[in-house]
Amino acid sequence: MSKIPEDLHYTEEHEYVKQTDDPGVVQIGITDYAQSELGDVVYVDLPEVGEKFARMDVFGTIEAVKAVSELFCPVAGEVVEVNEALEGDPSLVNKDPYGEGWMIRLRIRNPAELDQLLTAADYAQHIGE
Amino acid sequence: MSETELKRTPFYELHLSLKAKMIPFAGFEMPVQYPTGITKEHEIVRTSVGVFDVSHMGEFEFSGPDRNAFVNRITCNDVGALRDGQAQYSAILSDQGTFVDDCIVYRFDDRVMMVVNAANIEKDWEFITRRKAGNVRIKNISDEVALLAVQGPASESLLQPLTKIDLSKLHYYHFEVGSVAGVECFVARTGYTGEDGFELFFRPAHAEVMWHALVGPGRAAPVGLGARDSLRLEMGYPLYGSDIDETINPYEAGLGWIVKLDKGVPFVGRAALERIKEKGPARRLVGFRCLEKGVIPRHGYDVYLNGYKVDIVRSGGFSPTLKEAIGTTYLPIHSVAPGTKFVIDCRGKKVEAEVVKLPFYTGGSVKRAKKPA
Repeated sequence: MSKIPEDLHYTEEHEYVKQTDDPGVVQIGITDYAQSELGDVVYVDLPEVGEKFARMDVFGTIEAVKAVSELFCPVAGEVVEVNEALEGDPSLVNKDPYGEGWMIRLRIRNPAELDQLLTAADYAQHIGE
Repeated sequence: MSETELKRTPFYELHLSLKAKMIPFAGFEMPVQYPTGITKEHEIVRTSVGVFDVSHMGEFEFSGPDRNAFVNRITCNDVGALRDGQAQYSAILSDQGTFVDDCIVYRFDDRVMMVVNAANIEKDWEFITRRKAGNVRIKNISDEVALLAVQGPASESLLQPLTKIDLSKLHYYHFEVGSVAGVECFVARTGYTGEDGFELFFRPAHAEVMWHALVGPGRAAPVGLGARDSLRLEMGYPLYGSDIDETINPYEAGLGWIVKLDKGVPFVGRAALERIKEKGPARRLVGFRCLEKGVIPRHGYDVYLNGYKVDIVRSGGFSPTLKEAIGTTYLPIHSVAPGTKFVIDCRGKKVEAEVVKLPFYTGGSVKRAKKPA
């Protein structure tokens, strides 16, 4: 069973959205299930701070030993921070996807978009757990 | 192929109990990795010892008085150069001199065994039986053979206490019949990883006994096909279907050393190979490394030299040992020197790569034969 924290939002493409201390900013990464399916992550290609994305735009790619996968932006917004630690140690995505393995922090354009994402229960059902 | 048609090896239940991730591969349901993960499994084989289930591989057995002569006619290496108890890397070639399959030929005193790629079992069988000549019996024993590869610098010390065979005297590409952990088998000092190691052939009924004798805490770690692929890629060992196939001949693949034109036998493909050798191949398989971080070249990505598409990435991946993205491709013969730069289209991103000498990794523990067979 993979970890699916109750308080996060999810996409069908296996990204999660986590509220930060700043109510206008969310943290985005991939789920525990996704990292387990991808296997050992070797590169994460992330955008620059200041880049803007529409909902479901590709904001990066993740290269694992076995496969490559695109990263989709769950909500529209502007990148305010990227996880620089992933460049030195991409395996953080495998070790701690919801914590140290986060990818970007985004200032969201429309908070209502969060309601269109999957709940933990929806996501669990989506991945068949 | 639908999932219900997938075959299982005798180790299937053991893989499930170890929580392996199973994938369809060459018509079999095979473990691509265990919870350990590909990178770690790779490292274990480079530094210690791992066990791979490779029972999906095919085995043909040739017996009867003309067995050696017959196998010599359908493969390009020289069976006549083998003594009993010796094996050789070889290939089955088409009349055009291209690869039908690559294989290992084992010469026993009373028979010859050929190990072929799982995906090619039916094709090879068709090819071989259609050319049957002389007093030879051919049997497809693929379903009657369990095959485990024990690979890594600690292979010998793991295996020696389990067998009376003196492994210190069993040389690279030699094999011996005996027992391991009480199971009748034959033990070959061969492998596909660049490390010292053995391949054990035995009856499927003994799968569980053999597995538990080899795998477990303080013994070997189970290793999946993912690490098998990254290990062989670091060594530049060709993979059928990627580096070699029915459009590629041995000279192009850097495998001219397995072609014995002068062995005195008109083997399938010889006439074509004589012409190719005379002219020289127009392209050559090279190893490359990506000069940019952040992308991994995958099989099928387009390869451009001086603006022209010349080939695709044949094998590609991330090297856990070298910690960089590497791969193989075919380049025109005048552009194969190490340092030659070219471009790979990685899903729309143009990534520069440069030719490097093969193998990528030279630190392996494999004990090469003093005299290659």
